[in-house]
Amino acid sequence: MARALINVPAQAKRGEIIEIKTLISHVMETGHRRTETGAPIARDIIRQFVCTYNGAEVFRAELHPAIAANPFLVFSTVATESGTLTFTWTGDNAFSVTESAAITVS
Amino acid sequence: MRLVWAALVGIVVAVAASAMAGEIPLGERRSGYDFMSRETRAMQDDDTANPGMLWVLEGESLWGRKVGVAGRACADCHGDARGSMKGVAARHPAFDAGTGRPVNLEQRINLCRVDRQQAPRLAWEGRDLLALTAYVARQSRGMPINGVVDQRMQAFLDAGRATFYRRQGQLNLACSQCHDDHWGRRLAGNVIPQGHPTGYPLYRLEWQGLGSLQRRLRNCMVGTRAEPYEYGGPEFVDLEVFLMWRARGMTIDSPAVRP
Amino acid sequence: MDRRAFLRTAGAGLGLVSIVAVRPAGATPERMQDAIRKVVGSSAVTPGRVKLELPPLSENGHAVPLTVSVESPMTEADHVRAVHVFTEINPLPAVAAFRFTPRSGRARVSTRVRLANTQTVVAIGELSDGSFWSDRATVVVTLAACLEGPL
Repeated sequence: MARALINVPAQAKRGEIIEIKTLISHVMETGHRRTETGAPIARDIIRQFVCTYNGAEVFRAELHPAIAANPFLVFSTVATESGTLTFTWTGDNAFSVTESAAITVS
Repeated sequence: MRLVWAALVGIVVAVAASAMAGEIPLGERRSGYDFMSRETRAMQDDDTANPGMLWVLEGESLWGRKVGVAGRACADCHGDARGSMKGVAARHPAFDAGTGRPVNLEQRINLCRVDRQQAPRLAWEGRDLLALTAYVARQSRGMPINGVVDQRMQAFLDAGRATFYRRQGQLNLACSQCHDDHWGRRLAGNVIPQGHPTGYPLYRLEWQGLGSLQRRLRNCMVGTRAEPYEYGGPEFVDLEVFLMWRARGMTIDSPAVRP
Repeated sequence: MDRRAFLRTAGAGLGLVSIVAVRPAGATPERMQDAIRKVVGSSAVTPGRVKLELPPLSENGHAVPLTVSVESPMTEADHVRAVHVFTEINPLPAVAAFRFTPRSGRARVSTRVRLANTQTVVAIGELSDGSFWSDRATVVVTLAACLEGPL
């Protein structure tokens, strides 16, 4: 289920620091678990999250298995200009999800 | 696991000689929400942080998807769920004339799937059924639980009540012994809630995912070393009828978050 | 060697019954120190400037809310480059690395982490001047009572 919930203010004043909340569905299988018969369950996690603002990187997170399932990240950025914020999650098994949100800065 | 055993045996010993405390007075009923930590409550309160909302989002997308031989979407008959589904979760399980028994929300959805959409039933605890149930239940958020218990429902309510008060499993424990008699006390580090199903389907931190009331009841039964009932079986649905009646008037807070 | 003699020798050698602390493989404070050293190199790490917020008691180790922040003007000249989070007894010491830019506005992140058991979590802040700062917090993790059986 590659669904993401993103919360970004639609509008902001130039120079204002805005808070961004992201939530994405992902099992974040640690790779430490075993099945009932003892076979190891392979790791399957989101390894990286990048936020760009009109193409420029403003925040990045490298994630390990200790990040809880359905990763939740709250971070901030300065509202510099109107445009697009892009969010990209990548990980094991060629996992790749990109979402964007528009922002109007006045 | 040893901690759990010791704690449960302790309770068994403690209640063995004492009479049952009985039903919780209506005014003293509290949602499992009240027994959670501040952090877990914050997770539920914020729709942008509540992982259950991921399933609600998925359900919203499924609502509009045409399926089955009939090529119908839920939306084709029910329109905008935000209007048409208001109050539905709050009054389920409800009596279904066709089967002559109460059906819970998941069963109601599957009845529509099979009869109206001519599509195969959705599997219990499967992703799609959970998503649709979460989406429908979300539309009852803030409303009081108000299932109708009339002549037709009475026998099923009584059967559910009997299950709630019946000792079962290797630990010979009844639901009431924890949830009527010892709510508020601790079991292996967690506070025992009163057991009202106000927030289902909910995101349980222990599951790291969303699950139904029946999944949670199965956990309880495994905890007391009883053989869990089958999903959708009459024992579970009757118990749901009783639990919703026991929680009548309490507010739906789906999709909830619980430890 | 008769039985009594054997026991006397064994007793003298071992003393009383020794209690061995059992930890999951690879999960030690020493491994956490190694992981931290990989990030900071030979630089000193000074406690301070980083604020790690975790609940002192967690209802479930699967999802513990964590917030980490570093006081900083976040200008080109003076900003936080990254914050690294480590745990003492999880199977792997590293939890996450958060990389900021002056455009972040604030060096502050919130997320949810998994903690295998009651333990200490450490956050290392890396500043643009190359210095490293730290904070630590201990979380008591409780276990759920009614667990999953076969689904």
